[in-house]
Amino acid sequence: MQFRKSWVMALALTSAVALSACGNSNNAATNNGGNNAAATNAPTENSSSGADLSGSILASGSTALQPLVEQAAESFMDANSGVDIQVQGGGSGTGLTQVAEGQVDIGNSDVFAEEKLKDADAEKAAALVDHQVAVVAIAAVSNPDAGVDTLTKQQLVDIFTGKIKNWSEVGGADQAIQIINRPSSSGTRATFEAFALGTKTEDLQGSVQEDSSGTVKKMIGETPGAIGYLALSYLDDTVKTLNYDGIEPSVDNVVSGEYPVWAYQHMYTNGEPNEVVKAFLDYMLTDEVQNGDVVELGYIPASSMQVSRDVDGNVTTK
Amino acid sequence: MVGRIYMSLCVLLLIVIIVSMVYFVASKGIANFISGEVKVSEFLFGTKWAPEADTPSYGALPFISGSFLVTLLAALIASPLSICAALFMTEIVPGWGKKLLQPVIELLSGIPSVVYGFVGLSVIVPFLRDTFPGQGIGVAAGALVLSVMILPTITSVAADALASLPQNLKESSFALGATRWQTISRVILPTTMPAIMTGVVLGMARAFGEALAVQMVIGNAPFVPRSLFESASTLTSVITLSMGNTTMGSTINNALWSMALVLMLMTFIFVLLVRMLERRNKI
Repeated sequence: MQFRKSWVMALALTSAVALSACGNSNNAATNNGGNNAAATNAPTENSSSGADLSGSILASGSTALQPLVEQAAESFMDANSGVDIQVQGGGSGTGLTQVAEGQVDIGNSDVFAEEKLKDADAEKAAALVDHQVAVVAIAAVSNPDAGVDTLTKQQLVDIFTGKIKNWSEVGGADQAIQIINRPSSSGTRATFEAFALGTKTEDLQGSVQEDSSGTVKKMIGETPGAIGYLALSYLDDTVKTLNYDGIEPSVDNVVSGEYPVWAYQHMYTNGEPNEVVKAFLDYMLTDEVQNGDVVELGYIPASSMQVSRDVDGNVTTK
Repeated sequence: MVGRIYMSLCVLLLIVIIVSMVYFVASKGIANFISGEVKVSEFLFGTKWAPEADTPSYGALPFISGSFLVTLLAALIASPLSICAALFMTEIVPGWGKKLLQPVIELLSGIPSVVYGFVGLSVIVPFLRDTFPGQGIGVAAGALVLSVMILPTITSVAADALASLPQNLKESSFALGATRWQTISRVILPTTMPAIMTGVVLGMARAFGEALAVQMVIGNAPFVPRSLFESASTLTSVITLSMGNTTMGSTINNALWSMALVLMLMTFIFVLLVRMLERRNKI
């Protein structure tokens, strides 16, 4: 009986603590919201000093963009102690859905919102405001033993549609080609198909699909005759980087617009951002981030691009 | 009194959570069928999965068959090993055998899936690639990784069943002059078989729902595989690969929820099986 009583007491205590904790966090949230609103309505002298910003930002989406946003958020929070930024992954589709439905402040995406939010969701995409913070270029890569340095667009199309099945047909070793692909919903695959192949491809029986770039690189490096594609930041000696139509996938060639297989990294907001979010997005485009974090993490600064591209893929020189 | 109210509240909350989760998965899962965008027959029996194509098709048969294939294979590989381990721990060397084997097997269940996947990718896949035709990635690799993952489940359930066997059954068998092997094969195994099968079904339920480790080694091509060493997909692997890349409410996203619904229904069936086995289990 004694034991049972103490057990009940313990339960009651735990629940009391749990409930009060809930209460506290609720209060905190309300306070935060209050500050946020205050920040939004605050006169401009606050924003110009920068140090008085306060509020919280929630960003989610593309895992490819996540490391950059996280690193930039760290230094932004160091400079603005009143701001709390949380960055979550989940994929481009998740980021776009959540920002369109107002669940997060920023939706990170590898692709234009119009490409994911189609048909019935098209008006959701129209409400989103695009902020292009970086560029990621993608290169075709093969196992080093395949013996090929360069592939033309047509050769790549034939390989990824299954017409060419052996490396000897494109001047390499006598070895069967093994495709290491991305899932058909992947943004990286969409970019590669749109700008390297110029056509959508179907999955082939026996092809391999992996989701993470690390696994793709490991597979290509270890599997004889493997071909795939990776962002430039992932390239190293374990895989062979293939030239595209004789053009080397280098940062310089991407910046000048000569190498076409690249995509923007987007940070979408639902309508125009509030002051805190805007300050963070502006910070993403400062030289400090663009020539610091962006380059350091293997992306290409959006600001240095000499060409720009719209949602339909039309490239114009800046 | 307070405790009782607290407990009732917890139970109520639990029921609400379970009911709402089942409702959420079910309502999302049948959305495509209600709106008529995908037919049930096309989803269950269609062999072509091409949601991003110009004329999309949503056949999930490759994934359903892939899930069943790896699950059955994993159970086939793991069951004999687990039953032998359980017999070893309870009948052959109950003393130090149990002290040594039990912690080792329990350790297996504590290793994160991603580690299993990476070991599979670094050890099993190259081994299969060098030994068999194909690229090593495929159904066989997935089943091997899964079989190690479900070993602890089957072993611990089987060991519990063997340990709870009444002592007098064994003693009568020995008294009649039966050897240890005869006792194990004619008395112990037949009487505990329903309980051991419960362990096997629980293991299969775990294998059916496992996502990450399988996704890393199975290859994920949306086709019914022509051999054990060819790339295939499971329901879980295609859900984890695509869910984040699709937007909520789109047809492809809802098709993924339909697959989640299939997984949930399969879990119900596994639970029902366990219940039925338990009823037979009374000695």
